[in-house]
Amino acid sequence: MSDQFLFAAEVTLNGLMSGVLYALVALGFVLIYKASGIFNYAQGVMALFAAMTLVGIMDGQVPFSHLINAIFGTEIHHFGWHLPGLLAILLTMVVMAGLAWCVQQFVMRHLIGQAPIILFMATIGLAYLLEGVADLMWGSEIRKLDVGLPQGINETIDSVTYGMFGYGFFIDNLDIVATVIAALLVIALVIFSQYTKQGRAMRAVADDHQAALSVGISLNFIWVMVWSVAGFVALVAGIMWGTKSGVQFSLSLIALKALPVLMLGGFTSIPGAIVGGLIIGVGEKLFDFMFGPMLGGATENWFAYVLALLFLVFRPQGLFGDRIIERV
Amino acid sequence: MFYREAGDFKTSYLEDNQTFPIRFDRYRYYAVLAVAFLVVPFIINDYWANAILLPFLIYGIASIGLNVLTGYCGQVSLGTGGFMAVGAYACYKLMTAFPEVSMFIHVILAGGITAVVGVLFGLPSLRIKGFYLAVATLAAQFFLVWLFNRVPWFYNYSASGQISAPERSVFGVLITGPNAPSWATYLFCLIFLTLAGIIARNLTRGTVGRSWMAIRDMDIAAEIIGVNPLRAKMTAFAVSSFFVGIAGALFFSIYLGAVEVGEAFGIQKSFLVLFMVIIGGLGSIFGSLAGAAFLVVLPVVLKLIGVDILGWPTDIVAHFQLVIVGALIITFLVLEPHGIAQLWRVIKEKLRLWPFPH
Repeated sequence: MSDQFLFAAEVTLNGLMSGVLYALVALGFVLIYKASGIFNYAQGVMALFAAMTLVGIMDGQVPFSHLINAIFGTEIHHFGWHLPGLLAILLTMVVMAGLAWCVQQFVMRHLIGQAPIILFMATIGLAYLLEGVADLMWGSEIRKLDVGLPQGINETIDSVTYGMFGYGFFIDNLDIVATVIAALLVIALVIFSQYTKQGRAMRAVADDHQAALSVGISLNFIWVMVWSVAGFVALVAGIMWGTKSGVQFSLSLIALKALPVLMLGGFTSIPGAIVGGLIIGVGEKLFDFMFGPMLGGATENWFAYVLALLFLVFRPQGLFGDRIIERV
Repeated sequence: MFYREAGDFKTSYLEDNQTFPIRFDRYRYYAVLAVAFLVVPFIINDYWANAILLPFLIYGIASIGLNVLTGYCGQVSLGTGGFMAVGAYACYKLMTAFPEVSMFIHVILAGGITAVVGVLFGLPSLRIKGFYLAVATLAAQFFLVWLFNRVPWFYNYSASGQISAPERSVFGVLITGPNAPSWATYLFCLIFLTLAGIIARNLTRGTVGRSWMAIRDMDIAAEIIGVNPLRAKMTAFAVSSFFVGIAGALFFSIYLGAVEVGEAFGIQKSFLVLFMVIIGGLGSIFGSLAGAAFLVVLPVVLKLIGVDILGWPTDIVAHFQLVIVGALIITFLVLEPHGIAQLWRVIKEKLRLWPFPH
């Protein structure tokens, strides 16, 4: 086999892996969109917020310490403990659930029945608010996140492929872990929405708000729950991306990466989010590999969008989305 | 007492059709114009021009542009930053290629070029709607910024990849470059803002504007009663991008002077202009200006309070600014989806009854 082909194969594999990470973020969008019709732009910032909270709790940082110090002239920074990763993740989960409750109580409850685009813009506002709060709470410097996930080149794959083709594939351990976790997450979500009472209620709400209300499902509770689940997905995505490239502002930009994934896969479909993520991941890596040098590089910035845009012109509901029916 | 229609008789169609039917409104408008054109240029200094007035005027034009598209035609766009970049680079190429031509013509041509690009990226709006479109316009944002970053022809092969405005003058007065007097740059931008306001106001109350609003309110119904969606949407994209392009050209040539595209025209700029439109009021020209003024003044005031009075570090104030802007967006959407313009309308309604309510 030629070198070119092997390179392409390696790029494809890595593209699939990063596609899984995109899909992970896109999943959070789909959950909220399905249950409440809200397109939650703040999902990326939620991932950032979750990752920052996780790091902050693990390091025992005092929330709002910068602000408190600035106002009162004190010098407090740390509680002086280091929590194990798992406990910190649980605590972060509690924070995310609290956040979900706040969002529902103070924002979304007041916007029921508004046009989708108004809700979308409200979540953009929410994204700004959350980003500011996260920075105020934990400070804005870049931090390392390490909850004990393996990282670095996978030696086994490297040596096996070297033995087969005479060329070792470079695949990051973290990407493999991310793929496994994403698969587990999807399975868990499917089980949750198919076989538990709350999950069924969630699907009922997604189908028809009024009908769900009339059979005694509390919309408020379901929405808080959905936002919490989305917060959990954001936490997982935040851990993955945070371990990969550090906890910093650019983490919130993965939301922008997830948007074309959603457009491609359809806003209402969980498999769509996964497949869309894989297509975008492979597509942008391969495109940059083949045409990047010709076009001046860094085509990853826009390729996903242009692909999704072209795609939408022919199939506006995405690959797996529900057919859009409009009535006057 | 002064603010009412009673006794203000119209004797011709022309009078009946004027923009400000109430006499008080009309005089107020003339007074504002007179102050802006005849008083401010004499008292302006560099700090006021660069910190508040120039950004206000330029963002005012941009948010009028976006309001035409989003507020009047209902097509949400997140590509404003990209279109501003088109205006800026078009203006730069024109300025360097034809040094002897007046800046007025360059800026207007830059707007025209942006309008063409805007229509091109607006084409998908015929198929996709709502936030699908909003996300699709992000394609324009990222693609255009990448294009201007990577294709050296656009920045005339300069080593830094930046573009910087050469010195140009209008009627013998320097208006670009660091040596331009602030009153001249101010007046130059003010002329464009005034024209943009007048044009947009008159477009939106004419046939074109009504077809935009019909599309916004319900596109299928509008199509059935005979509004051509292709024409309505494309004209909205063209007019909107025209204004946004002019704003981009002014932002680069007059205000900043030198521009790095990812920094000056990134996605943040798109959101900023969108926020101006939301806070100011969707579907209102006055609202665009109010929103622009609000979001230009807010950081200055916050910095004044936070850094200079309370003595907080600048980064904390910057984070606070994010929190406040985000909270304001949400508050406005919850309490007053029509923004500052609606508050102003309520005040006017009250004024008409004052001082004898009932």
